[in-house]
Amino acid sequence: MERPSWAPEEIDLSKPSVARVYDYYLGGSHNFEVDREMAAQAVAMWPELPRIMQENRAFMRRAVRHLLDDGITQFLDIGSGIPTVGSTHEVVRNAGSDAPVVYVDLDPVAVAHGRAILAGDPRAAMLGGDLRQPQDVLEAAAATGLVDLERPLGVLLVAVLHFVHDDEGPADIMATLHKHTAPGSRLVVSHASGDGRPDKAAEHQDLYRSRNAPMHMRGRAEIGALLSGFDLVDPGLVFLPEWRPEPGAEPVADAALFAGIAGVGIRT
Amino acid sequence: MSSHADDAPSGAAGTSPAGLTAGGLNPTLSAPVPYAGDAYDEFARQWAHSVQGTSYVPLPLADMQVYLRDLTRRLSSALGSEPFQPHEARSIGEALVAAHFTGTGTLERTFALIGAWWPVLRERAYAERHDPDAYLLRLIQIQGALAAGYAEALRTRTLHEQQSIHAAVLDARELTEQALHTSEARFRAVFEQSGLGIAIGDVDGVILDVNPALAQMFGFHTDDLTGRQVRDFMLADDPGHVWQWYEELVRGEREHFSAEKRYLRADGEPLWTHLTVSLVRDTAGHPEYQVAMIEDVTDRHRLYTRLRHQSQHDPLTGLPNRALFFDRLDAVFAAPGDADRVGLCYLDLDGFKVVNDSLGHDVGDQLLIAVARRLDAYVSRAGHLIARMGGDEFVVLVEHSAGTGQVVALAEGILGALREPFRIRGHDLAVTASIGIVERPVAGTGPADTMRAADITLYWAKSGGRGRWTVFDTERNDREVARYTLSAEMPAALHHGEFDVDYQPLVSLADGAVLGVEALVRWRHPRQGLIGPDRFIGLAEETGLIVPLGMYVLERACREARRWRDLGGPVPFVSVNLAERQCHEPGLVRQVRRVLAETGLEPERLQFELTESQIMATDGGPLERLRELAEMGVRIAIDDFGTGYSNLAYLRRLPVCELKIAGSFVEGLRGSGDADPDPVDARIVASLVDLAHALGLTVTAEGIETAAQAERLRDIGCDAGQGWYFSRPGPADRIATLLDGVPRVR
Repeated sequence: MERPSWAPEEIDLSKPSVARVYDYYLGGSHNFEVDREMAAQAVAMWPELPRIMQENRAFMRRAVRHLLDDGITQFLDIGSGIPTVGSTHEVVRNAGSDAPVVYVDLDPVAVAHGRAILAGDPRAAMLGGDLRQPQDVLEAAAATGLVDLERPLGVLLVAVLHFVHDDEGPADIMATLHKHTAPGSRLVVSHASGDGRPDKAAEHQDLYRSRNAPMHMRGRAEIGALLSGFDLVDPGLVFLPEWRPEPGAEPVADAALFAGIAGVGIRT
Repeated sequence: MSSHADDAPSGAAGTSPAGLTAGGLNPTLSAPVPYAGDAYDEFARQWAHSVQGTSYVPLPLADMQVYLRDLTRRLSSALGSEPFQPHEARSIGEALVAAHFTGTGTLERTFALIGAWWPVLRERAYAERHDPDAYLLRLIQIQGALAAGYAEALRTRTLHEQQSIHAAVLDARELTEQALHTSEARFRAVFEQSGLGIAIGDVDGVILDVNPALAQMFGFHTDDLTGRQVRDFMLADDPGHVWQWYEELVRGEREHFSAEKRYLRADGEPLWTHLTVSLVRDTAGHPEYQVAMIEDVTDRHRLYTRLRHQSQHDPLTGLPNRALFFDRLDAVFAAPGDADRVGLCYLDLDGFKVVNDSLGHDVGDQLLIAVARRLDAYVSRAGHLIARMGGDEFVVLVEHSAGTGQVVALAEGILGALREPFRIRGHDLAVTASIGIVERPVAGTGPADTMRAADITLYWAKSGGRGRWTVFDTERNDREVARYTLSAEMPAALHHGEFDVDYQPLVSLADGAVLGVEALVRWRHPRQGLIGPDRFIGLAEETGLIVPLGMYVLERACREARRWRDLGGPVPFVSVNLAERQCHEPGLVRQVRRVLAETGLEPERLQFELTESQIMATDGGPLERLRELAEMGVRIAIDDFGTGYSNLAYLRRLPVCELKIAGSFVEGLRGSGDADPDPVDARIVASLVDLAHALGLTVTAEGIETAAQAERLRDIGCDAGQGWYFSRPGPADRIATLLDGVPRVR
């Protein structure tokens, strides 16, 4: 087998992995010292980060439930990270649905781990791939036989677009996703943004950049521009906790949590 | 849920997790809280609130409260169990971990919340008739069990997750290595089995590895090549850009290049290759390796070279052909140095056609081969290019000529080299050649012009007598060009009426009467002005235009003569020059007849002048025509008598009635000032006059310029004179006025 272009030549555990750092924020132990060290540095800088990540996960959960309620019966989660606690297929299955879920990530460890986790679920698959080659990703997903691009598909881009630099053509990527998905497909997006905490944003980006995972926060308008061709459902692009909060949830007053922007769009 | 239940915990714990994280639970709760029924809900609600954010729990808020309410009930049940079973609480700690309450803050906040509910629990103790101290002890034991269960479950979960992530790393590594191994194995297979030569080197040019195909191509063992420097394979004739590209590549300024390059095999034979070199960078993008892929194109190159040689060489002699010669000649003129000169020897064998015709083409071909061999041996030794242009023509190109002397010396050498006869098939063939030489500065001229000059000069050498060289002469060329130009313009000039006729009288020396008038043709050239017959009659004779031109002059002259006759008074004849070509025209007599008829001029009033040599060569048809004309009454005169060779016996039988003595004899009768005339010339003229009279011919002297000449000629007995002394040639109208008024001889 040939090494795909997205995969690294070797597994380098001396560098933190975005996927494992995320797991650490969620309270998981699917991580290594180097990941926890980076997470600790980030938290020292920005103590609310774990909560933000949890809010992100919670948004994803609410969004997937929303999609299920809306009749979406297949999911493609690009940049999923390690599908551990509260992952898409878990949300789907907990909702009593056997809708197929295909995960894609470029971290080979996440991919290997994902495969192990999904071993018992024939309706879920984990693929290696790079959002920056969207057509390849879609073709690989379709090749699993689990998802059908001719039918409405729930595409998740949760906390991944901010790893695509402007030079890498995020608009083209989105256009490709739009082109190759069926009308009525849903796009779930969350994106790091400096809008809520401009004071923290620069420092945080620097930290990720220094760890080989350059992060590019974008403002609400920039993110909105990337979603052309997708009609945003209510309440549009909002801060993570503000997107269709659960009944009974108390409004989040802590501005420190407003570091991510989220929304769900319907492909026209 | 009672109002108490609402008040107490919320007042104590607050609803803000921030209140909890500050660690500030108010321990002194006063209001009693019911502990049955809705109290579970309340505790679960507060519990959910207080542990929120310690880790991610993948449950909707409502589900989480249901989950925690169940744990609350179990906690309560464990507290009141009889007999007391504190370890039941372990399962509650396990359940927290199971729901992913993995943040250790969960435990801390849970115990803080239980502590805050102590007043409520104490009330329950009273109500259930428990000893509150014993109840507190139970509570502490319960918490311990819960903590132990939680810690155990978390440890298990952590170990499991760590194990799974490690396993994932191993899996990922294995996949990566497998992929790497597969691609390496594939690369190895390609490298080892490829028919293409492949070499891998570092950026310092050290060859690290070569494949068997490459070693075989070069005739080396692979070990002989590894460790050597790429630059060891540099050859002097490599195109310069190849090594420039190479330097750019190893510096990282170029990703790859392709080129045709020659190498030397181990046995010294040339190896022609198509070479592609690519740069391999490390992960940081710095140049790391170079990979060369080498295709052996020697056969293709040889074929190409052979085809190219064939296209540029003459198959018979093997010499370069005209295509190669013109390539080289063009190159000379394409980029000339400042004082660069070039020389050409254009050579043609004399009489080669005779060899071909008499001894056959085979001998001719053998002769050409032998000549070519000798020429090549002589010329190539001197470092010049010799090419066969076709047939028996060869050309030598002298690049960077040192001057005409060098090229002339070369031409003499060539003639010398050919002097020894050639022995071909038993024949000793003596060969001479003619050579046209052009030697000139390169600047200011071109290949075509130079080649044309060589061609003309060869023609000069041929017409100059063969077996010789001739150097191109610009003035001669200019003259010939001018002649040619004039000759080419003449037909149109005749058509456009550019030819005019002037007339000069022939005057009786006895009484000054105008006996005849000679018609003299002129060319009023639109650019060159008036051109005399000496410049164009020869050309007209060469081209044959003399026939229509002569007829044109005849018609004009006859028409004028008829006009003079109509004026009344003395009637002169008109004398018209008749060229040899005209005599050969079968229709001459008929045309003369027609002209005379059309103009109404009597034949006796027409005279034709023929040169001495022309009339002496006349026999057959032309002579018949002259006789016929003479019989008609047309006068025949011999022009320029005395300058050629006359057969007097023959002259006697010709239908001639007049001699015109050439001006050169008359010149001698002129004298200068008081000096006496040349006595020899005087005697010659006298003899000619006597001779003419003896033959019954009249005599006209041409070129009379002075009265003294006229007098002497009259004294000698010459009948008539013509020349500037009497009148210059002039238009027809002037003749009319002269008919009675020319100067008399004293």
